[in-house]
Amino acid sequence: MNDRAHRIGDVILAVDRVSLAFGGVKALSDVSFDVREHEVRAIIGPNGAGKSSMLNVINGVYHPQQGTIRYLGREYHDMDPHEVAESGIARTFQSLALFKGMSVLDNIMSGRNLKMRSNILLQALRIGPALREEIEHREVVERIIDFLEIQAYRKTPVGRLPYGLQKRVDLARALAMEPRVLLLDEPMSGMNMEEKQDMCRFILDVNDQFGTTVVLIEHDMSVVMDISDRVVVLDYGKKIGDGSPDEVRANQAVVDAYLGVSH
Amino acid sequence: MFYRENGQFKSNYASDQQMLPILQDRAFMLGLLTFAFAVVPFVVSDYVFLSLLIPFLILTLAAIGLNLLVGYCGQISIGHAAFMAVGAYSAYNLVLRIPQLNFLVVLVLAGLIAAAVGMLFGIPSLRIKGLYLAVATLAAQFFMDWLFARVKWFTNYAHSGSVQTAPIDLFGWIVDTPVEKYLFLLGLLIVFTLIAKNLVRSHIGREWMAMRDMDVAAEVIGIRPVYAKLTAFAVSSFYCGVAGALWGFVHLGAWEPLAFGLTVSLNLLFMIIIGGMGSLLGSYFGAAFIVVLPILLNQVPGLLGVPISTAMASHLEFMIFGALIVFFLIVEPHGLARLWAIGKEKLRLWPFPH
Amino acid sequence: MMKNVIKKNGPVLTLGVVLLAGLVAPFADRSTTAGFYVEVLLGGLMAGVLYSLVALGFALIFKASGVFNFAQGAMVLFAALAVARLAEQMPLWAAIPLAMVIMVALAWLIERLVLRPLVNQEAVALLMATLGVSYFLDGFGQTVWGSDIYSIELGIPKEPVMILESLFQGGILVNKEDFVAAIVAAALMVALALFFQKTVTGRALRAVADDHQAAQSIGIPLNRIWVIVWSVAGFVALVAGVIWGSKLGVQFSISQVALKALPVVILGGFTSVTGAIVGGLIIGVGEKMAEVFLGPVLVKAFDLAGGGIENWFAYMLALLFLLVRPEGLFGEKHIDRV
Repeated sequence: MNDRAHRIGDVILAVDRVSLAFGGVKALSDVSFDVREHEVRAIIGPNGAGKSSMLNVINGVYHPQQGTIRYLGREYHDMDPHEVAESGIARTFQSLALFKGMSVLDNIMSGRNLKMRSNILLQALRIGPALREEIEHREVVERIIDFLEIQAYRKTPVGRLPYGLQKRVDLARALAMEPRVLLLDEPMSGMNMEEKQDMCRFILDVNDQFGTTVVLIEHDMSVVMDISDRVVVLDYGKKIGDGSPDEVRANQAVVDAYLGVSH
Repeated sequence: MFYRENGQFKSNYASDQQMLPILQDRAFMLGLLTFAFAVVPFVVSDYVFLSLLIPFLILTLAAIGLNLLVGYCGQISIGHAAFMAVGAYSAYNLVLRIPQLNFLVVLVLAGLIAAAVGMLFGIPSLRIKGLYLAVATLAAQFFMDWLFARVKWFTNYAHSGSVQTAPIDLFGWIVDTPVEKYLFLLGLLIVFTLIAKNLVRSHIGREWMAMRDMDVAAEVIGIRPVYAKLTAFAVSSFYCGVAGALWGFVHLGAWEPLAFGLTVSLNLLFMIIIGGMGSLLGSYFGAAFIVVLPILLNQVPGLLGVPISTAMASHLEFMIFGALIVFFLIVEPHGLARLWAIGKEKLRLWPFPH
Repeated sequence: MMKNVIKKNGPVLTLGVVLLAGLVAPFADRSTTAGFYVEVLLGGLMAGVLYSLVALGFALIFKASGVFNFAQGAMVLFAALAVARLAEQMPLWAAIPLAMVIMVALAWLIERLVLRPLVNQEAVALLMATLGVSYFLDGFGQTVWGSDIYSIELGIPKEPVMILESLFQGGILVNKEDFVAAIVAAALMVALALFFQKTVTGRALRAVADDHQAAQSIGIPLNRIWVIVWSVAGFVALVAGVIWGSKLGVQFSISQVALKALPVVILGGFTSVTGAIVGGLIIGVGEKMAEVFLGPVLVKAFDLAGGGIENWFAYMLALLFLLVRPEGLFGEKHIDRV
């Protein structure tokens, strides 16, 4: 743990007083927290606490009515998702959002699109740079496939894979972007214990080997506490706790929220 | 028993990514091409060329174009004949006004003009999805119908509004007889199929399919919806523009206003639904089906001794198309191409059940 | 406050101004008389009533089943053909109910054979399925009923009458039949509104429209509701077909003219019954105005071979609407949740 603490750097991403509402329903009110480079940062909270909304705000799917995001020293509050992606933030989805008509390989290759530069004419003729590029990026993707142990399913249409494997492909696609910050939306939901352990191992490996900053959402507290450096707790769209796993565990408001004490 | 890939190992990514990875498929394709180029021209009658093969080749090209947009990028269009019209009238005016242009250049320019118009009508796709887009493309259809029927410049002030073309001159080769037309179109179609295949297996193709399958996720991994959708519209309209020019110059020779009406658009859509959405092979199947069915309906009842009127045949055609579309959407949304793939899969295992 | 209102409704206000300008513009030409102007306006309204009727059937189906029913025009043609041919064998008062029975049977078949197997499919697949239905119906209708031009005699005098001669110089020429048509259409719309607001079935339909799953979970049988909605849409198609057929004759082109319902629902908002009615009137008036007053100007300016801009005017208007206000005048905004 000391070794890890050593690596953790400065604040890379800061959410500043963000509020988001749909019509009259408040999804987030005045939420602030920060993420340090190389850390594993968890956002937890009961269902409907606004966790997914928070991720959607960070990667530009939703634009908050108030507040800003500061990433690498740059402030934004209405960037489009692809701009956020270009700046090095990747994510996975809670309900699978894979490209179901494509093979595992193509799904992961699509994560490389930002790095592929050859123009449409070269692609049409598949000559020179376009062909070289395909093979270069295929090599990168193959390394990710090895890393996540899904070699056997390369050419399978993703729709035919079992749920746990689809989650891995989702992660692989995000990793293919070589992100600086990786947002994971309930990476372990719907998994059995063994699959959860595998997923935890992958997340920690990504963090260790590539130095990727990880922000993950879970509503299951137990798993998260083991692998995160710091934890934010949301409830009804408000931040009710923030700190190390031990601090959060000791926080009365958090305990109440999870035990369902009335407000 | 003979259709196996056993023992064919791929030792690098380039060979793993080739178009037909299985040896037997390559042999089959070679045989088919030899047959199409070296045998068909000698054994087939002019009637078959003119009423079957030539329309089939051109419609396949148009269907590939529409399939790139609808089947690969997931953007519906029920007005793609409009872009065929743009291609046809562009080619007509280019040939008329700049006679020294080579016809291949004319084809490319006609395609590019159609691509530009296609992009223009594709702009609404950036704000609206699926169903709404259907109406935007209908707008293209009706507006273009009107434009070419009413603005006299496009038809060179012809009184009836119909236009005539001269046979194509390709570097001194006058493409005039049915066999020549067939060979010319076959060559073009092969080139355009290869290009389409290259596009859909490159990153642009993956961007299209990503937009089709899950647009939010596509954007989150950095795909620009504007770029993905408009390129799909452009390439798709380019193909249809070229097909339209060929339809006018090679198949029809002379055409009236409304030769590229809504019916043509709907037929294109039916081709890709029946043939297989998101499959280039399916475009071939669909076009073949649409060309063959009316001829069968006109001929077969007569041969069976129960002749039916032309009107009846056309009504039957409507009913069969309609029923088949519903059938394929329910039973096999990936169309004939999927049935073909299943057949191949079975053949790989044959004679063993698993 | 005022600023906010303008900001929020800016595009619509702009469009309103443009439409208003379109209404006033003809008077720039001194030769336009008030009487002629009102005649064109009324003519447009009459066409608009028919568009509204087709669009109404369309909006009903979209609201209750989320299906973009491309076959609504084919249903109008089918119903009109049925009435026209049945009326050759029996009196009209018997032919119309019998045609209605056929439309209900048709609705049941469509639910059984097309909608049920495709439930939970993507909207685009359903749209294409209704394209198939539309083709099938066109072919089937003409096979069963014949493909000539038929007429429906409602027994209403067709000769035009002069009205408001005191108000306008030369009076205004209107068709009695058009008046009857407008009244029938209005009555139908009131009846539908009552049906949706007051009856149990109507309320169930609205519940289904709001949320399929929730409606199912409180015990509303979805399949039966769909049959009812398609039957109601069939009924609306029947009324539209009869009016249309008696005015212009029953022929194949009805099926395609009915495609004008698509821009109408875009203008009005897909899920809105009010929108279908208002949208139909706007499109009817708009395209007639454009044809009569804008057409000649365009023909002169660009040396066109005739006008005919009413063929695309509605679609282009809808296209503009899609760009500035995709949810239409009366539709609801949707939020995509991820």
